[in-house]
Amino acid sequence: MAIKTLPSQATRPRHHVRPARRRSMPKLKTVLVAAAAYVVAFVFLFPYVVMLLTSLRSQESLREVSFWPKEWVWSNLANFWAGGLAGNLWVTLKVAGGSTVLVLLVALPAAYYSARHNFRGRTAFLILVLITQMFQPTAMLVGIYREFFQFGLVDSIWSLILVNGGFNLAFAVWILNAYFASIPRELEEAAFIDGNGRFGALFRITLPLALPGVITALIFTFIAAWNEFVVALTLTTTPENQPLTVALNSFIGQYQVDWQNLFAGSVIATIPVIILFALIERKVVGGLTAGSIK
Amino acid sequence: MRRLRALEPLAWVGPAVVLIALVVLWPVIEMIRSSFLKISRFGVVQGGNGFANYEKLFGEKDFADIMVRSVIWVVAVVALTVLISLALAQLFNQNFPLRKAARWALIAPWAASVLMTAIIFKWMLDPEVGVINQIRLKLGLIDAMGGASADQLGDASTAMPWLVFVAVFVSVPFTTYALLAGLATIPADVYEAAKMDGATRFRTYWSITLPLLRPALTVAALINVMNVFNSFPIIWAMTHGQPGYSTATSTILMFILKGSNIGESAAMSVVNFGMVIILTAIFLKVSRWNKEVA
Repeated sequence: MAIKTLPSQATRPRHHVRPARRRSMPKLKTVLVAAAAYVVAFVFLFPYVVMLLTSLRSQESLREVSFWPKEWVWSNLANFWAGGLAGNLWVTLKVAGGSTVLVLLVALPAAYYSARHNFRGRTAFLILVLITQMFQPTAMLVGIYREFFQFGLVDSIWSLILVNGGFNLAFAVWILNAYFASIPRELEEAAFIDGNGRFGALFRITLPLALPGVITALIFTFIAAWNEFVVALTLTTTPENQPLTVALNSFIGQYQVDWQNLFAGSVIATIPVIILFALIERKVVGGLTAGSIK
Repeated sequence: MRRLRALEPLAWVGPAVVLIALVVLWPVIEMIRSSFLKISRFGVVQGGNGFANYEKLFGEKDFADIMVRSVIWVVAVVALTVLISLALAQLFNQNFPLRKAARWALIAPWAASVLMTAIIFKWMLDPEVGVINQIRLKLGLIDAMGGASADQLGDASTAMPWLVFVAVFVSVPFTTYALLAGLATIPADVYEAAKMDGATRFRTYWSITLPLLRPALTVAALINVMNVFNSFPIIWAMTHGQPGYSTATSTILMFILKGSNIGESAAMSVVNFGMVIILTAIFLKVSRWNKEVA
């Protein structure tokens, strides 16, 4: 440390008294900043620690006043798969997977074309996408319910896939459009001239370069559909057709809440999502805010 | 051939437009249409209803309270979120060991389903065994576990602050990350210049950081206004809007009405929709006005 700071002292002889104070001060400041940041981090993780700890308690010890479980019942997490909730997790997986595939199929060509070509209605299309990004399914729940009621798609997995796909399309188009626009057209044209054909150039050159954007859009859609609650609560009626969020919520209305089972389900549903999200966090911030700033 | 050319954009962009029209625009129209219809509980349209749905809605005993509460809810949650996030962004922008790990802790409430976070808080607020009441007991804020003073969610005056707390808790991570991204765009030499001019730290923050942060702040706050106004899972999971309607917002009322009177529920949705548009307009106006003054 001392060696590092000395040269800068030598170059700034004017502040001859202050550097000595400065050298010790940053240390205290760093300690305080780090301590504050760790406390904040702890506060934001705390509920999820409680969730994990509760999921490991025995049924009998739930009503005991203690922070730590007296015995660690790891079998709660295993029992989840044997219980009925595994079926609901399967529904969640199908809805999230289906919406992600739908978004990929629909957003990719639209984003690519609107980034590469100037066609009539391009601006109108991009404005439409921006407006939809502001809309939320909650605000138009009654309309969604009425529409799918008329289609005869209430209590069907297809309605959930359509709604989740539709409301996450905007983010995907926006972030993919930005990625495609950033890839030089010349690269693609060179591959085209080399005899790859238009689609060959697209698949061999452009798509691989846009892969980070594609992955971000896919994970974001997957997580949003995975966590979705209100639309599923409205559109599903039979317990077997409900995704995990709705099934877990129906636990709460019961006379005796089996919190350990509820949280075992939550742990299994939450931890993969947090890890996936950590991978794309940086790009999500850019994608959510960039569209609106411009 | 030329005609085929003209149809080309349709093939690439068409599916996206169809999906948006089907899932986002159709429900809006259907919602407005339904608000003027008389619809039975089983979804059968029994003819037009004029403005009767709206009259019935405005005549509800709790309607005025609920609307006022919805506005306070949005303003309180967004204001607290922005203030806390400004502080946290400043904190997490400092250099300290394990900064990346500490930042990652903030991802959990953002990635996890809001519903599950709300359920965890409901469990932590359990009057008899909840961990928050254990802490309050240790701090001497309550005399014993259980009882009326420990039942924070059972009384509107204590339930509402907790609902706001949870809403802020889940909104702060995204907002902080958005502001951190904004801070990263501010060039270092601006601060160097301020230092040369002998500006105090507060003065630097107020006259340099905040104005340069405004675009990120505006977008993050706007996204929060949308999310918080449409926020349903937190209140639904923790209080169901009870006792009575004392913790209900307009979104909760819309959902409760959906079970009894779809037409009236649609009217509530339309009012909600209008509110979102007005809130957005006011917000944009205020932030532009700020810009002109500064």
